[in-house]
Amino acid sequence: MALAVNDLKVWYRTRRGDVKALDGVTFEVADGEIMGVAGESGCGKTTLGKALIRLDTRMKHVGGTVVLDDDELPLADDAAMRRHRYREVSLIPQYAMSAMNPTRKIGRMIKDLLGAHNVRYTDVLPELERRLKLVGLEPDVLKRYPIELSGGMKQRVVLVLSTLLNPSLLIGDEVTSALDVSSQKAVARALVEFRDHGFVKSMIVITHDISVLFQVADTILVMYAGHLAEKAPARTIISDPLHPYTKMLIGALPKVGDRYEEQQLEGIEGRPPSLLEPPAGCRFRARCPLAHDRCAEAPPFREVAPGHHVACWAVS
Amino acid sequence: MTATQPVAGPGTEAAEPGVAGPVVGRKPGGDARETLYFALRNPKVIIGMVVVLGFLLLGLIGPAFLKYAPMDYAGPPMAPPSAEFPFGTTTFGQDIFAQFVAGLRSTFLVGVLGGAVSAVIGMTIGFVAGYRGGLIDELLNMLTNVVLVIPGFVVLIIINAYLGVRSVPMQALYIGVFSWPWVARAVRSQTLSLRTRDFIDLARLSGVGVGTILRREVAPNMYSYLFMTFVLLFGGSILTAASLDFIGLGPTNAMSLGLMMNQAVQWSALHLGLWWWFIPPGLGITLIVGSLYIMNVGLDEVFNPKLREM
Amino acid sequence: MLTLDHLDKVYRTGTFGTSDLHAVRQVSLDVQRGEVVSLIGESGSGKSTIGKLVLHLLDSSGGTITFDGQDVTKLSFRARRDYYRKVQGVFQDPFSSFNPIYKVDRTFETLRRSYFPKVSSGEWRTRLEDALAAVTLEPDDILGKFPHQLSGGQLQRLLIARALLLDIELLVADEIISMLDASTRIDVLNLLGELKARGLGILFVTHDLSLGNYVSDRVVILYKGRVVERGVTNAVFDDPLHPYTRDLLASVPHLDRTWDEVEAEEADRTRLLAGRCLYHEAITAQGRALGEEAEAADGVPDGVGLVEYTPGHFVGCFRKAAEEPCPAGP
Repeated sequence: MALAVNDLKVWYRTRRGDVKALDGVTFEVADGEIMGVAGESGCGKTTLGKALIRLDTRMKHVGGTVVLDDDELPLADDAAMRRHRYREVSLIPQYAMSAMNPTRKIGRMIKDLLGAHNVRYTDVLPELERRLKLVGLEPDVLKRYPIELSGGMKQRVVLVLSTLLNPSLLIGDEVTSALDVSSQKAVARALVEFRDHGFVKSMIVITHDISVLFQVADTILVMYAGHLAEKAPARTIISDPLHPYTKMLIGALPKVGDRYEEQQLEGIEGRPPSLLEPPAGCRFRARCPLAHDRCAEAPPFREVAPGHHVACWAVS
Repeated sequence: MTATQPVAGPGTEAAEPGVAGPVVGRKPGGDARETLYFALRNPKVIIGMVVVLGFLLLGLIGPAFLKYAPMDYAGPPMAPPSAEFPFGTTTFGQDIFAQFVAGLRSTFLVGVLGGAVSAVIGMTIGFVAGYRGGLIDELLNMLTNVVLVIPGFVVLIIINAYLGVRSVPMQALYIGVFSWPWVARAVRSQTLSLRTRDFIDLARLSGVGVGTILRREVAPNMYSYLFMTFVLLFGGSILTAASLDFIGLGPTNAMSLGLMMNQAVQWSALHLGLWWWFIPPGLGITLIVGSLYIMNVGLDEVFNPKLREM
Repeated sequence: MLTLDHLDKVYRTGTFGTSDLHAVRQVSLDVQRGEVVSLIGESGSGKSTIGKLVLHLLDSSGGTITFDGQDVTKLSFRARRDYYRKVQGVFQDPFSSFNPIYKVDRTFETLRRSYFPKVSSGEWRTRLEDALAAVTLEPDDILGKFPHQLSGGQLQRLLIARALLLDIELLVADEIISMLDASTRIDVLNLLGELKARGLGILFVTHDLSLGNYVSDRVVILYKGRVVERGVTNAVFDDPLHPYTRDLLASVPHLDRTWDEVEAEEADRTRLLAGRCLYHEAITAQGRALGEEAEAADGVPDGVGLVEYTPGHFVGCFRKAAEEPCPAGP
């Protein structure tokens, strides 16, 4: 088992109280698994990704454990986490490609980053060049400035860079967003290829775009308002979802070929609850057509079929 | 510049889930009231304002209580501060306090007028260049840069010396004409970024003209900045005017703090130990300009919530 | 109703406009009442530029725009005001569409000051409530709020309501749902369908093929400023001809088929079309210029013409960019 997260709670401190962005999540990621995390804005998916590698100053670890390769990660201890960061857990943050220093050449940037982790650039250069070729980039991109590369190229550089030390776990936050579909496909495929080559053991791919997850992920975890709703193999999530939220979410996505005239799809009424003081029980209750009295109590995230976890009382 | 691809997907609407979401956004209720609330609790703003307003009040109502006019030969020459002459007298027996009060008036006048002239020119050019873009922008930008690199002070010296600028408003006008470029540049860049926002396009789709858009949509977003700019220009004009006065290129038909210092030096107040002649005007200018700058730093904290760690 | 004829847009960039960026090349298309036409393309395709040209937010560099038979390519400020009574737009970023320092009501007030100064407050309120009802918004939930207190979906619907207050005939919807959450975007998309049923013409600009397919009657595929394929939605999506359209369809992440499955399905067609150019084949087979615009591209100076390959389905030269060679030879 590469990653085991148990009842993890990470909150944000704000002037008006704690925002319970991640409020007790439990899941596992197997060796070699690419797990997709899907959900809408504010569901806690980005917080989940950040929590596994670095808490920023406003985030606090309220409870729960994270075990990576039989080693518990000291989430709240920033200094102790340094040892694990990048070597064992690596993150491609949101907007990574636009965060590159425009005045540094790509190679120089990689050299600096490796230096910060006590790795000699020249030692890894052959491997770096090999992997760049693998994702379809010439080694001379190292001599270029970020502005000279397209979004898709930059995102592939970031992927190579963040997996150079063969981490156990790679977390990619919206790595394919804001790219044109053709670049999106190239980056998504590179993710799978890196897992297949064993450059990373397992991956968590976070995105709002479920159709991308369907293409790259083995399993998909659906989050809603700081809680887990459902986790299942990718195909099952798309074709046989069990949680009412997943059902409605998938139902709101037009497939190529769906037409307004023939069959109107429906969105989900209402909005997610405020995470400052979230309601007790199931957080989807207010928008759920199946809600009943029992939903006032939070449903457990339990396995209803092999590899298929759901948090809903209506699912037997 | 061409087609804009959606840069942010739905998932990126809020960078930190649950934090920046619509549910827990910044409370807007009475933005002006909130600004005032923080402004009145910011010590820098309060101190700056008290000093500046104090001097302004003195300049405005002071002359009503004075027995002598600034140029009158009122008392014994070179008298140190006393009950009758609080700041003492000059070598000619003129009342230095009367001069100081009169000087404050022209100092504030030069600050307001000079600040206003450069603010109007700078903002107009900045708004037009930023909003219009294209060739107009390039030409205005070029003009701005040319004026920016002109050693303004030297030109002012020449203008003052040759044209014989001899009244305070004239002096303020010339100062204003040379201190607008950085205002124009800053306003231009802010306008440039506001112009690309969709609400500007939407206003155009409502059949609203350019002037109205600048006045009702663009400028209100920059009020805090424009106010701070004016405060800085105000202080800058006072300083420039004082420097000109000091080297003897001030107005001839009025009294000013700079002119007092000029006369003090001319009549060897320094050597004669007449400290009461040059300390008050020097300290006055320093206090006014310094307070304005401190106020500006305070206002920055008020308007920029990120600096407002309270 | 709306017709674009050989529309061109060249941006002057660099100091004093020393270099050119050809954003829109010889684009011809039309939108009729009661239909949705989707402009589909990736970044740099010129799709948003076309939307802005139609809305007169940009000046065109060549070609004509006609609205109900009237040439509206160049409009004075006054004429443009009248044009906006009939043609309105909604943009991509709902939060940038509202001035953040004002309540959302001000957007409606601006419209009222400009177009309906004589309408009484009570009458205006009734109209406003009708418009909000048409986009399924409750006035009490919306009015008096600041933009950041509302969701993206609510804001976009507000903007559509704003357009409805003017009794418009054409709506330019520029990526209006790309920043919304999946659970609300379909409602806004359905709203476009309802407006269509009310007789409005809609020019829907999008980068998302499945959304374009869902709501539109006809689609226009753009690549680097030129139309490479256009036609009835079903024809283009079921039988994509141009290599770019086919690349696009093969790259879009489907929800029911993996990329590999799509490629396998398309393998036959790929083999069939390899190294060919249906545009040039059609021209030479007929021995003359074909289709409504073929003559403009005779000799293919710019590679921008289209031929009507099957009824209602137009395709351009198979070269990808104007600078590239045609795969079928010279």
